[in-house]
Amino acid sequence: MLEIRNLHAGIDGKEILKGIDLTVNKGEIHAIMGPNGSGKSTLAKVLAGHPQYEVTAGEILYEGRNLLDMAPDERAREGVFMAFQYPIEVPGVSNAQFLRLAYNEKRKHLGEEELDPLEFKDLLKERAKVVEMEASFMTRSVNEGFSGGEKKRNEILQMAVLQPKLAVLDETDSGLDIDALRVVANGVNQLLTPDNAIIVVTHYQRLLNYIVPDFVHVLSSGRIVREGGKELALELESKGYDWIKTADNGKGAVAPAQ
Amino acid sequence: MVTELVKSENSYQAAFRSVRELSPAAPWLELVRGSAMDRFDQLGFPSVRDEEWKYTNLATLAKESFEPLTSAEQVAADDVGGYAYSEIGAHLVVVNGFLNEELSVTTGLADVVATDLFSAVDDARYNKIIRKYLARNAGYHNSGLTALNTAFIQSGVFVYIPKNVKLDKPLQITFIGGTANSATFPRVLVVAEEHSSATLIENFVAGNEGHYFTNATAEIVLKDGAHLEHYRLQRESKKAFHVSTTSAELGRASRYATTSINLGAQLSRHDISVVLDHEGAETSVDGLYMVDSDQHTDTHSVIDHKQPHCNSHQLYKGILDGNSRAVFNGKIFVREGAQKTDAIQTNKNLLLSEKARVDTKPQLEIYADDVKCAHGAAVGQIDPEELFYLETRGIGPELGRSLLTYGFAEEVIAKIKLESIRAELDQIVLNQLHASLET
Repeated sequence: MLEIRNLHAGIDGKEILKGIDLTVNKGEIHAIMGPNGSGKSTLAKVLAGHPQYEVTAGEILYEGRNLLDMAPDERAREGVFMAFQYPIEVPGVSNAQFLRLAYNEKRKHLGEEELDPLEFKDLLKERAKVVEMEASFMTRSVNEGFSGGEKKRNEILQMAVLQPKLAVLDETDSGLDIDALRVVANGVNQLLTPDNAIIVVTHYQRLLNYIVPDFVHVLSSGRIVREGGKELALELESKGYDWIKTADNGKGAVAPAQ
Repeated sequence: MVTELVKSENSYQAAFRSVRELSPAAPWLELVRGSAMDRFDQLGFPSVRDEEWKYTNLATLAKESFEPLTSAEQVAADDVGGYAYSEIGAHLVVVNGFLNEELSVTTGLADVVATDLFSAVDDARYNKIIRKYLARNAGYHNSGLTALNTAFIQSGVFVYIPKNVKLDKPLQITFIGGTANSATFPRVLVVAEEHSSATLIENFVAGNEGHYFTNATAEIVLKDGAHLEHYRLQRESKKAFHVSTTSAELGRASRYATTSINLGAQLSRHDISVVLDHEGAETSVDGLYMVDSDQHTDTHSVIDHKQPHCNSHQLYKGILDGNSRAVFNGKIFVREGAQKTDAIQTNKNLLLSEKARVDTKPQLEIYADDVKCAHGAAVGQIDPEELFYLETRGIGPELGRSLLTYGFAEEVIAKIKLESIRAELDQIVLNQLHASLET
């Protein structure tokens, strides 16, 4: 589904990703871990197509197509989704309006019929159960005045509505208390099917207790320095990131998991 | 240029003479009109040398020879029902400044009076009230434009809401302009007696996309405990000049909530003043202006806290595209002794093009020490991070920009209590953005 080859990318002329290779297949959950500044969020933003990030080398294939040739909105309509670390507030636009617009833009793109407000209301009601969101959230402006946890739940609600093929969750666990974390993780798990894939970008292992990854990739200084199964996350949790940095020494070699 | 100015003023002078012949008034009103005309002769149109007119140049208006309409005979209008909002009761139609009773619908007024202002002056029931309040809040001594409007009082609308009367359906006044090269002078006086309540819609529309000059004045008097919701919509022709004054005085514990929507006219100027001269009065003075191409819009507001325990909240938002220009100048005075004043003023502007320009100046002058006051102004563009967020949800940049602009306007629109006005404004905003967004 997704193939990243020798990806180099940065912002404001500063290279942050220094050669990433990553393959994600249907039905898989991948975790990208790493210390602050390792390039995790940059990778997520490059996948979503943030205009400030520049790809200087390498390529990303999404379902065999060059993802980097696609505008961010086209990527979204083709099934790429990013849950933001800091979701943006959109004052004056209700959650329901926003979601229906996004949903219908995708339908239009796929040549499917758009849903009218009533039809969409039913769909939204159903999908909102995934993240246990009350109806009152639908008439409120997108993320405006939402608590940190509510914003993250709202991201997953958007994911539930848009049903992406590839979802990138950027630090979705940050700022969540344990109950909210459980709700969010539970929502994500419900949305996983054999036909889609999820990339979980996280600093901490705790989210991975709930969203159990098939593969863990550890980023340091813009390179993947370790890869392994879910147990690698546990190892990082007990040892911290320092040993990775030391082991890495900036050479960029990928060491096998222990 | 000076000669032309004088010539133009002479055309008003000539028209004024025929007003006196065609519409003779009660002696006191003749005196008011006469001294207003004298005052206009002295003041003329404001110039950019006047601090209050620094950013709005009326030189073109002053030079043009607009023809003041001096009789109702020149009036013509067909289908006006389309201008009526669905929630309203009575609908008064004013064409070129003259109340047209045949086109108006006055059902549902119950005890509320809504009639021709000029005729009501001769009605023994209203004579004293009108004499007391006409030209009291919108004084003409310092304003050439108000002076001109006052000199040309020949019709207009008088609204009287008796004590304790609650008008359950909104009263709408639609002002239709559009006669080519005309100058018209709509005038409104609203007196709301103690503990009365009503909703008033002033709707300025263009009969056609012509070149004309509207100079409107509305005075509003709220007695103790009275409550008025006031919506003012300005959608004049994009070739027209629209200058207007709204002046309100608020009685003890009265409440005046007003929203002004400015969309039309080549050049528009709205001076709104609210005087809180009795304890416990409350006002909200909101507005939205949305202009594009070469439009120019200017709002000057004065909210004057003269007595303690009064609240005022002001939110004005502006959306500018093309070459357009907007001016916002908001003064809040908190006079000596006006303790426990609570005043907030905000002006936010969204620029959709590189060439659009805003001059905003919120001002607070406080002479009391136990008050809560805040003000702020902002001018910005569409936030790229917000746009990116929408893009990652499949909403393309063009639609995204429209959605964010719509959201920006909603803060003002959503407060409007009449659903049909909200729906219409949503549609207008989206049309102007060339976007469709079913809600």
